Amino acid sequence: MAGWFEENGLLLGLALLDGLASAGLIFLVAVGLNLVFGVLRIINVAHGSLYAIGAYAAASLGMFLAARGLPDWAALPALLAAAVLVGILLGPPIERLLLRRIYLQEQVVQLLVTFALFMILEDVQKLVWGVQPVHHDTALKLLGTVDVPFGADVIPFTAYQLFLLPGIAVLTLVGLAWFLRRTLMGRIIVAVTSDREAASAMGIDAARVFLLTFSFGAGLAALGGALSSPTAALVPGIGAQTIVLSFAVVATAGLGQIEGAALTSLMMGLGRSIAVYFEPELEVVVPYIIMVAVLLVRPQGLFGVTETRRV
Amino acid sequence: MTHSLTRREALAAGFGAVLLPATLSAQPAQRPSELKIGITTFLSGPASVFGVPSRKAAEMLIEEINQKGGIGGIPVRPLFVDEAPGTDHLVGEFRRLVQSEGVQVMFAAISSGSCLACTPLSGELRKVTVLWDCGTQRIFEEGQQPFAFRTQGYGTPEVLAPLLYLLRHKPDFRTMAVINQDYAWGRDSWEIWKTAMDALKPGVRVVAEMFPRFGSSDFSTEITRLLALRPDVIYSTHWGGELVTIVRQAAERRLFERSLFVLPVAEASMQLLGRTMPAGHIIGTRGDHWNNHPKPRDPAALQRFVDGYRAKFNEYPIYPCHHMAQALSALQAAYAKAIEAKGGGWPSDQELANAFRGLTFPTPTSTITLREDGQGLEDQVVGLSSHSERFPFAVPDQMILYPAAQVSTPAGQKSVDWLKTLQPAMVQQVGQPLSAA
Repeated sequence: MAGWFEENGLLLGLALLDGLASAGLIFLVAVGLNLVFGVLRIINVAHGSLYAIGAYAAASLGMFLAARGLPDWAALPALLAAAVLVGILLGPPIERLLLRRIYLQEQVVQLLVTFALFMILEDVQKLVWGVQPVHHDTALKLLGTVDVPFGADVIPFTAYQLFLLPGIAVLTLVGLAWFLRRTLMGRIIVAVTSDREAASAMGIDAARVFLLTFSFGAGLAALGGALSSPTAALVPGIGAQTIVLSFAVVATAGLGQIEGAALTSLMMGLGRSIAVYFEPELEVVVPYIIMVAVLLVRPQGLFGVTETRRV
Repeated sequence: MTHSLTRREALAAGFGAVLLPATLSAQPAQRPSELKIGITTFLSGPASVFGVPSRKAAEMLIEEINQKGGIGGIPVRPLFVDEAPGTDHLVGEFRRLVQSEGVQVMFAAISSGSCLACTPLSGELRKVTVLWDCGTQRIFEEGQQPFAFRTQGYGTPEVLAPLLYLLRHKPDFRTMAVINQDYAWGRDSWEIWKTAMDALKPGVRVVAEMFPRFGSSDFSTEITRLLALRPDVIYSTHWGGELVTIVRQAAERRLFERSLFVLPVAEASMQLLGRTMPAGHIIGTRGDHWNNHPKPRDPAALQRFVDGYRAKFNEYPIYPCHHMAQALSALQAAYAKAIEAKGGGWPSDQELANAFRGLTFPTPTSTITLREDGQGLEDQVVGLSSHSERFPFAVPDQMILYPAAQVSTPAGQKSVDWLKTLQPAMVQQVGQPLSAA
C-alpha cells in the first residue's frame, strides 16, 4: 500500500485538485435541489433546466457586456448577476403558477408536472439560444493559469477552477448554514420544513416561505450553470445530465440536508477524478456506486433522519 | 359490438401483412403529385448541432430543386423526423412515414444506431433508404441491403485517412492517448484506429484510453492526466459541444503545446472555436468537402452552395450540410437514371433501387460512386489546422487527398480484418498532396 502511494502519490494529488473544482459545481446545483425538496417536499425535475438557463444567461450577459466595451473583469460579477436574474425572473412564476397547484397532489403527479416543465424549458432554450454550442470564457481567461509542480514537471491549472469554483462552493455552504441557523428568515424556513401546519398555526406565512425558498433554489441552480459556463460549451441537453447527478447527490446526502450535500458532492467529485486517473472505465458509474453503497447501509441517506409517517 | 377473428381470417391477415408491401411495390408506379422524402435527423439534444444545420441545408436545396421544376417534374416535399427520442420512436416514425404518409424515399440518419435500426426496415418495406450521414461500418459489412444506399463515406476511411496523415506528418511518434466519447462511435472509431495503427506502425505505446460519459461538459481531469502523461499524440473523435469544450480547456492549459492532436471530426466545430483552435494540429471533415477545398471538381458550384447557405443562415455550412447535399444530388441522379431507363415513366421502388446501385453522382468537390454493395466511395481530405484572413476560424492547410477506393474496406470484407492486413508502405503509397489551383 505504501509502495502504491509512493508511486502514485503525485497523481493522487492532481486528482484531488481536479476533484475539488468538480465537487464545487456539483454541490451548488445539488444543494439548491435539496433545499427545495426540504422545504417544498417537491422533487423538481426542472432544476436541471434552471441550471442550463443560468449557464446560457451568463454566457449571453457576458457577451453583451463585452460587446458594449465593458472591461473584462465585468465578466465575473456577470456570472452572479445572471444567476440572480434567473432566480428572480423564473423562480416566482414557476412557484406561483405551477408548483402551488400541486403541493397536495400525489408525488407522481408532482414528478410529471415538473418533468413537463423541464421539457418545455428545454425547448425554450433551443428557441432562444439555438442548438449550436454557445460559449463565453472571458472569466476563465481573466484569472489565468497556475503552474502546479509535478515532480520535475509543472501542470498548468486554471485559477478559475483551482480557486474560484471551490471557493464559491465553500462560501455558499457557510453562508447557507449561517442563514438557516442564525437569521430569523432562516429559522422560519427551518420551522416550515419541520412542520408546515404548526408553523402556519403560529402565524408564519408558509406560502411566502415556499416562494422565497424556491426562487433561492432556482438561483442556486442557475449559479451552478453560470459558473460552469466559462469552462464548457453550452448545448441542448446539459440540463438533463446535471439533474441526474444532482438527484444522486440528494439521495445519498439525505433529502433536505445541506452539509450532507456538501460532503456527498465532495465524495462524488473526488471519486470521479480519482477514477479518471486510475480506472477511467469507472468514472461514469462512481457517483452511483457511492449512492448505492450509502443507501444500502443508510436508506435515509448519509445525513437523513428517519421520519415517523404521519397519518 | 366486437368481432373476434376466425383462425382463417387471422391467417389471411397475417399473410396479408407480410405480402402487402411486396405486392404494392410490384404494382406499376404512378407519377405522384409530389415527391415526399422522409428525413430523419437530430432536431433536439446534443447532436442537433449536426441535425439542425442539415435540415436547413435540405430546405434550402429542396427549395432550389423545386424552383427548377422538382425531380422528374415532380415537386419535392421533405417530412422531418427527430432522431433524439431514440430508435424505438424512430422505427415507428419510419413505418408511419412509409405506410401512412406514403413517402417515396427515406433519408436516414445521423446516428449509427438510427441507421442500424432503420436499414432492416428499408428491406422489409422495400423502400429506398438513403443513408445520408451515419458512419457505422456494420451496415454493409454484416449483410446485403437491397434498398439501402450510403451517399458518403463511413467510419473506416474517415479514421484511416487521418492516421495515414499522422504517419506521414509525424512518423517518429512513440506514445499516444485516446479520449473519445463513451458510445458506439467513440469505441468503434478507437478500434478502427488501434487496429490500423498496430498494422502500420507497430509498437506505439498507448498511455491512456479515456472514454468520458457521452455529453460531458467538463474534461478538466482528463486534461490534467494528459498533461501529466505528455503523450506525443492525442486522438479524439469527439464532436459538437464536447469537442469545443475539450479544445478550449486544453488550449487554455497549454496541452496543445505538449501533444499533437488528431481530430477526425473537427470541421463541424471550427466555426464555434474561432481563433481558439491552435494551428498545426490534424483535422478532418468526414469527407473531402472543406469549404476551402483548393481543387474542387466544380468551384462555382461549391462557391454557390457555401455563399447561398451563408447568405440564408449567416454561418458556413458544416459537413452534415454537405452530406445532405450529396444525398439530394444522388436522389436527383437516381431518378434521372431510372426515368430514362423506363422511357420517361415513373419508376417503382424496385426500379429506383436498381438505379441507385452503381450510381455515380456529382458533388461540388468531387464525384461519388455507389459500390455494388450500396456503399458510397467518398474521398477524404485531411490537413493541419491553420488560420488566415479568409476565414475567421481554423481551416486545413497542407491538405492531402486520400482516394476513397484506397482507404475503404473492399466490398465483402470486414473493416477490422482488412485493417489488420495493411502494410507500412501504404503510408507513402496512398494520398496526394493538394495545392491551391
